[in-house]
Amino acid sequence: MKKYGLLFDLEYCVGCKTCCVACQQENGFDGDSCGIFINEHIYKKNNGRVQVDYLPFPTQLCNLCEERISSGFDTRPSCVKHCPSACIEYGDAEELYEKAKKMVRPVIYLA
Amino acid sequence: MCDKYKFDNVVRSTAWSPGPGCHGGCGVKLYVKDNKVVRVEGDEEHPFNHGRSCPRMMALTQYMYHPERFLYPLKRVGKRGEGKFERISWDEAFDTIEQRFNEIKEKYGPEAVIFAQGTGRDIGGAISFLCYSFGSPNWVQLGLSGQSCYTPRLGAMTMVQGAPCVADCGQFFEKRYDDERYQLPKYIVIWGQDPSAGCPDAFMGAWVVDCMKRGTKLICIDPRNTFYTSRAEHFLQIRPGTDGALAMGMLNLIIENKWYDAEFVEKWCHGFEELAERCKEYPLQKVSQITGIPQEDIFAATKAYATNNPSSIHWGVPIDMCPEGTTVAQAISLLWCLTGNLDVPGGNVIARPAFLITTYPYDTQQMKDLYGEGIMDFINTKRAGADQYKYLANFRGWAQPDLMVQQMIYGKPYPIKAAWIQTTNVLGGQAADLNKHYEALMNMEFNVVVDTFHNPTTMAVADIILPAATFAEKESFRTWYTPLQIINPAVQVGECKSDWEINLELARRFNPSIREKYPTFQHLVNERIGAHGFTYQKLRDEHNGWVYPTEGPSVPYKRYETGLLRRDGKPGFETPTGKVELWSTRHEEFDIDPLPFYKEPPESELATPELFKEYPLVMVTGKRSPLYFHAEHRNIPWLRSKDPYPKVEVNPKVLKELGISDGEWVWVENQRGKVLRKVKASIAMDEKCVSVPHGWWLPEEKGTYPDFFKAWTHNCNLLVPVGNQSSSGYGGGAYKTTLCRLRKVSPDEMPMLPPEVHDGAKEF
Repeated sequence: MKKYGLLFDLEYCVGCKTCCVACQQENGFDGDSCGIFINEHIYKKNNGRVQVDYLPFPTQLCNLCEERISSGFDTRPSCVKHCPSACIEYGDAEELYEKAKKMVRPVIYLA
Repeated sequence: MCDKYKFDNVVRSTAWSPGPGCHGGCGVKLYVKDNKVVRVEGDEEHPFNHGRSCPRMMALTQYMYHPERFLYPLKRVGKRGEGKFERISWDEAFDTIEQRFNEIKEKYGPEAVIFAQGTGRDIGGAISFLCYSFGSPNWVQLGLSGQSCYTPRLGAMTMVQGAPCVADCGQFFEKRYDDERYQLPKYIVIWGQDPSAGCPDAFMGAWVVDCMKRGTKLICIDPRNTFYTSRAEHFLQIRPGTDGALAMGMLNLIIENKWYDAEFVEKWCHGFEELAERCKEYPLQKVSQITGIPQEDIFAATKAYATNNPSSIHWGVPIDMCPEGTTVAQAISLLWCLTGNLDVPGGNVIARPAFLITTYPYDTQQMKDLYGEGIMDFINTKRAGADQYKYLANFRGWAQPDLMVQQMIYGKPYPIKAAWIQTTNVLGGQAADLNKHYEALMNMEFNVVVDTFHNPTTMAVADIILPAATFAEKESFRTWYTPLQIINPAVQVGECKSDWEINLELARRFNPSIREKYPTFQHLVNERIGAHGFTYQKLRDEHNGWVYPTEGPSVPYKRYETGLLRRDGKPGFETPTGKVELWSTRHEEFDIDPLPFYKEPPESELATPELFKEYPLVMVTGKRSPLYFHAEHRNIPWLRSKDPYPKVEVNPKVLKELGISDGEWVWVENQRGKVLRKVKASIAMDEKCVSVPHGWWLPEEKGTYPDFFKAWTHNCNLLVPVGNQSSSGYGGGAYKTTLCRLRKVSPDEMPMLPPEVHDGAKEF
């Protein structure tokens, strides 16, 4: 059976949390529940420059927008569609791996 | 399909202002069930955003159907500050306002009523119709010290090149980056902004990311480290408020090293020799000392920008907030002119509304037709500041905010007695010197506030409150800049009305010619767009709601060669000399320096060393959050849960010296006041600056006097002064350069309270 998941390009996540609110709207969650969080990571690099990065983290509540897709409403989870940086992809493991090869700093999450 | 995805209808519309609160432009789909919007999705076919969105748009349903939203007009029944309001009908509201405003007009003249708005968005048309139909010259962004938001930059671009321009991300073409005329910028200079957090001035922040993915490199100028600065090839970490010195230094390098476009300068620019002479006053070493940026970094970044055409500059509001904001903007705009990056693909393109359709009449003849022959003279001599600042009197219609607040308190040179306040929460939002604005508004005999929720301003000073519709409930249109697009209502919520509907109804009561010309709002829309063969209905039914011009004066590039930029149809720019004015003839006419220069911030380690000893940190306010639009959205659970506290961001080294821990509540204070903030330790901050986000008040707290939703506990504008406006009258609000210190909170110490001031309210 195919494994589906999300692929993130960490190079382009701006940390805006659109994905989080898109998820809450989609699933009718309240403010405390969410299928995806964004973590901020700020660190100093060897050249002395400060790096500001954001890491999307799918939680146990993420069901890859199963109903959204199975109902035919959309082909993508809501976070994927609405991400302003378009840095999230959805698909099966093989597809995601192929796409990841073309990304700058890819991370794959499989549900 | 399961029930969750069954809808009665889907309405395609354009987001603009109430709801997400923003400067708008995104295509959205509003899903309606049982006359309620139950879902909001980005419109994947819309070229502005391609289906993408933001947290505030995704939370729209929580905003629209919030239990505390204003649903009908209210009038105050207790004293100001008691929070007692009673429901009234729209008729009673309109009648009362008409009567009270007319009484004041008879006694003191129409200039005694001011019409106050917040940031740009879709309010300009509605509020100017009302202001000028009533006959007042005082249309004002009350509280915004120095009118320091985009107006200074617009002024500078208009003086230098005859029209504003924007960084070219293909936004003028339907096919965007794939249009064959378009070229990707080699570099984008992001000057003083985190574009993804705010989508400023008809520019979607994500477009910069789109360009980065396609190969554009970045040069960033910012005191903070951000997503963008850490991905920049060149990062100039600048001392706040010294952007003018950096721009002058860059101009000097470009001229010295002959990195400018000699052909463009020869053919299209005026005053090169004079500019070159002035720039010599800004050698690299001096500029490095002023700005705190290493010489080699300034040199390398300038070279990269100037020698890699095309490249563009995308800039932010800190430019306006520099001392002499208009001249700083002037200097920066000369960078793209000298380097041949003006109105070329991938450079800074002249930005004009689609088909040259403006959403409301503002050219002189149209103004005279609507409001009478004497209107322009009246506005340009009578509004606050017009007698002191020729520049201000000759550019746009604003009254000067720093002078206005004084005038509201002291009644000189003439009395101000009432305020119409719309799209602005003055006391929780943009007003510098909160106490002064509270005093000024309390001093009014009558205040009307049009808004969506209670906030410190409605609670403290409103006598009548009118409920505004969100964009999802209103009919309107947009040409800022391209495409021409409509805002299409999906539902009605309560008795809310759009700003346009409210203001046109009152305008009709004050000015019969408005009633005759625009019996409905659709008449206005179809007049504006009808000249080009469009109607509202046609756009909605046949064009998905938007249309891009494919040729003509609103489509780039190089329009100065073909005569499309000037009213007389001759090649060149719409300036007195017809050229890009490196030396500004209009500045000379306005008695201000025709060439750009640098001025040190009013408070700084160099300008006020004694004060600096006591307050050794620069308080940079105004950092944007994608979750909040300025002073809005703290009451929206999906948004607030992600950023619950008013914070101060501080470098850990500074905290260690002060014995303050991460997460601790501290006072941020100076000689004007103190506010309570929760510390976020972050090496993204420079050791000399702290970042203090603005617009903080707590809707969950008590709204009545003296609490006012804790605005006086958390609103950082308590620490920001008024009165630092530039010599043009525009720019200079010290929101980014005020000195402060951090202090541990002792257990018995109380926050500040609103001052006891005169209540000028007249009973109904």
